[in-house]
Amino acid sequence: MKRFAELFHRIDGTTKTNEKIAALREYFAEVDHADAAWATWFLAGNKLKQLVPTKLLRAWAAEAAGIPDWLFEESYSAVGDLAETLSLVVPPGEVAGDEPLSVWITERLQPLRSMDEADQRREIELIWRQTPAAMRLVVMKLITGSFRVGVSKRLVTRAIGEHADITADVIAHRLMGKWKPTPEFFAGVIDPEIGDTLASQPYPFCLAHPIDNDVGPEPIGQVGDYLAEWKWDGIRGQVIRRRGQTFIWSRGEDLMENRWPEIESAADWLPDGTVIDGEILASLPGGEVLPFAALQRRIGRKTVGKKLLSEVPVIFHAFDLLEHDGEDIRSLPMVQRRERLESVLGKIDHGHLRVTDLIPGKDWETLAAFREESRQRNAEGLMLKRCDSTYDVGRVRGSWWKWKVNPYTIDAVLIYAQKGHGKRASLFTDYTFALWKDDALVPFAKAYSGLDDAEIRKVDRFVRTHTTEAFGPVRSVTPELVMELAFEGLQRSSRHKSGIATRFPRIVRWRHDKKPPDANTLDELLALLPKDE
Amino acid sequence: MVYGGGMEAILENTTRGLYCPPGGFYVDPHQPVARAVISHGHSDHARWGCRSYLSCTDGEQILRMRMSDDAEFEFLPYGESAYVGGVEISFHPAGHILGSAQVRLQYKGRVAVVTGDYKLGDDLTCRSWEPVKCHLMVTESTFGLPIYRWQPQEVIYGQINDWWRSAAAEGKCCLLYGYAVGKSQRLLAGLDPSIGPIYTHGAVEKGTDAYRRTGVKMPETTYVGSLDAKERKKKKWAGGIVVAVPSAHGTAWMRRFGRVSTAMASGWMMVRGSRRRRAVDRGFIMSDHVDWPELMTAVQQSDPETVWVTHGYSATVAKYLNEQGREAIAISNRLRTEDDEEREDAVVEEGAAEEAEEVAAEADFGADNGRSGASS
Repeated sequence: MKRFAELFHRIDGTTKTNEKIAALREYFAEVDHADAAWATWFLAGNKLKQLVPTKLLRAWAAEAAGIPDWLFEESYSAVGDLAETLSLVVPPGEVAGDEPLSVWITERLQPLRSMDEADQRREIELIWRQTPAAMRLVVMKLITGSFRVGVSKRLVTRAIGEHADITADVIAHRLMGKWKPTPEFFAGVIDPEIGDTLASQPYPFCLAHPIDNDVGPEPIGQVGDYLAEWKWDGIRGQVIRRRGQTFIWSRGEDLMENRWPEIESAADWLPDGTVIDGEILASLPGGEVLPFAALQRRIGRKTVGKKLLSEVPVIFHAFDLLEHDGEDIRSLPMVQRRERLESVLGKIDHGHLRVTDLIPGKDWETLAAFREESRQRNAEGLMLKRCDSTYDVGRVRGSWWKWKVNPYTIDAVLIYAQKGHGKRASLFTDYTFALWKDDALVPFAKAYSGLDDAEIRKVDRFVRTHTTEAFGPVRSVTPELVMELAFEGLQRSSRHKSGIATRFPRIVRWRHDKKPPDANTLDELLALLPKDE
Repeated sequence: MVYGGGMEAILENTTRGLYCPPGGFYVDPHQPVARAVISHGHSDHARWGCRSYLSCTDGEQILRMRMSDDAEFEFLPYGESAYVGGVEISFHPAGHILGSAQVRLQYKGRVAVVTGDYKLGDDLTCRSWEPVKCHLMVTESTFGLPIYRWQPQEVIYGQINDWWRSAAAEGKCCLLYGYAVGKSQRLLAGLDPSIGPIYTHGAVEKGTDAYRRTGVKMPETTYVGSLDAKERKKKKWAGGIVVAVPSAHGTAWMRRFGRVSTAMASGWMMVRGSRRRRAVDRGFIMSDHVDWPELMTAVQQSDPETVWVTHGYSATVAKYLNEQGREAIAISNRLRTEDDEEREDAVVEEGAAEEAEEVAAEADFGADNGRSGASS
């Protein structure tokens, strides 16, 4: 565990990609496959199911530190991370021996889940006595399930690739989907002989780069070199048909089972050895796409009832074919993959599995005009894909572009603030904004990102000196700051006080030039709602 | 808020700061006043523009460094007394920086102590804190949460020197950030000069000079700005360490050092979020303020009837002390942040202006390739 904690702190302590990769490479070279498997599993974003209720951890920590519960909670609010608060508040311990990561997980941590409370407490207190703060932070992060450190899965993939001398794309593919962190699994990951794939295993998703809306698409080249499609706002997914089974994966790498029965039964008609990339969308039978709000009614439902199925039918809008007749065709040019996709789906001709439309455009102006229709069609803009491009892993610049419509913007007044988490813990970074309704400011959106560090510090200082009231962690401040907010979509909502919900609200800029009376009204926001609603 | 009440009042908490009615003076006022008694020379305690200052002898050089010569100064050694309006004033070591003092006021048998900023741990550059028994204690609470717990300074010096040694072995130059007055000198005092040469940033150099003039032993240092442009160009910085103020991080000034490893030394480095926000390679947890256990020890040993808590987590500390059976109130709700101490640096940073000129001069020098017209 010492070695793993050291890896964590080395990665955490640097912002340089090369140093992170070097730290990972050295780690993989030093530890056995059992540890390497667990390390990969955690770094890839997996977590253990809850081992000990956090409520108990907090209470025990307060007692171990000899402080009242409220003081623990205040400390937590200042730190912004439970595992870190636990590691700092409890007086430091002394390392007693050292066991490898895999032993810690299987012999010390996982057994906690089935223990009774008294045994759990004894074990946790023993761990505290045996760990200094830095190592304890890592152990507590594993226990609380909040293990996150500044590496992407892509970076881990690269490091393993360099360690094993295998290209990162192969490693990425082997790490897709659900797997168990066993020594055998890790041996397979770094096996130079490329074995065959699991039936359920998806391919890493190809992602698009944004086009700068102020500049437009001209810099990316000739319109004729690209296929244009709508950029849909649904759930990106892969439909896999192999060995007589169907699997549907989301981009977050969740295997979605029984969630989209229409698509599953459509996919059953596909020939074995087919993998399709596309977007799950709430759609009318003719293919007309419904707003994201409709799809949201189905998201999160483990099983779908008849009523909902008929009210919100979904269609898989396919836009790429990755595997054809059992062969990985990602290196074929986009146009050829598209042709094969049309042929495969044309043969089964199923209403819930359709090829997404291409948008004809002889020049950028024509496409720009189509782009203006995005909102009416419940799309976010256009996708531009190079005809000759291969299907890349991740966000590779130059092959796929997203050309989104300009977001809605509005000027709003900051009225509440709360401390952030993670990198921004202990600063007031989470803000609630309000718009005018008659003489009152009505809160309508929470926004986090968009300010730079210097601005965040300024707002933080403002909040600290202009608090009028505190409700728990939320500070109410004098309404003085006006910011311009952008958001992607709007929908009516009975759950919101303002009667309206915004999608992806974020701060565009701090309007130093405006005073609260200059901010927009709620009516002006409502006027932006799509006409047909 | 008045302590003691009526004729007995020693201290009042006013908008201008702590006021002693019988003595007619303020302790660490927030605004210019006629008579100020000063705990130490940091600018949030020693405000510019007062008519007269009374402070501890050891802090004279630091205070004069930044105050107008027009003001009247009086200095009093630790443990000796002065009398103003029937109030006995004396200074007692606070362990915060050179010359930092707890201000003890005695009037009609009642004693109040204003700690200023203080810490209980050792410091190579100033006298260690001593408990002063009192009826009223006014304490800071910058790090008044149980998450703050310092390690002995030897441990931190060990970490710093290890970091310097391994960066030097990789051919890098180390940039170590600390506040201009106090922290920087404490850092310098613990560096191991056998590893390599030690350099200072302008703001740090000024503070270090004040320490030297007071007789504090400092390792040999070279002020980066003392080298002319040609010398700087030729200079091999690899293996050396530069002690600089945090605001120098990420500026053009630091480019000259080539491949660097950067670190910040501060109590705020205790929390991962603060460490990451700094975007430095390392964070060393070294503070000149009391941590949680020290704060509790200090209150216990000073054993006051009443505690006034200020400068930081005041409400939290006051609430906790009350629960522990000691009467306490928060006299200010302003949280302290990392920025507070950096504004402090800005005061010492006429140095920074010189550095900026240097950078400009260097750019000229680079463009003209060889013309040695630059001056510093």
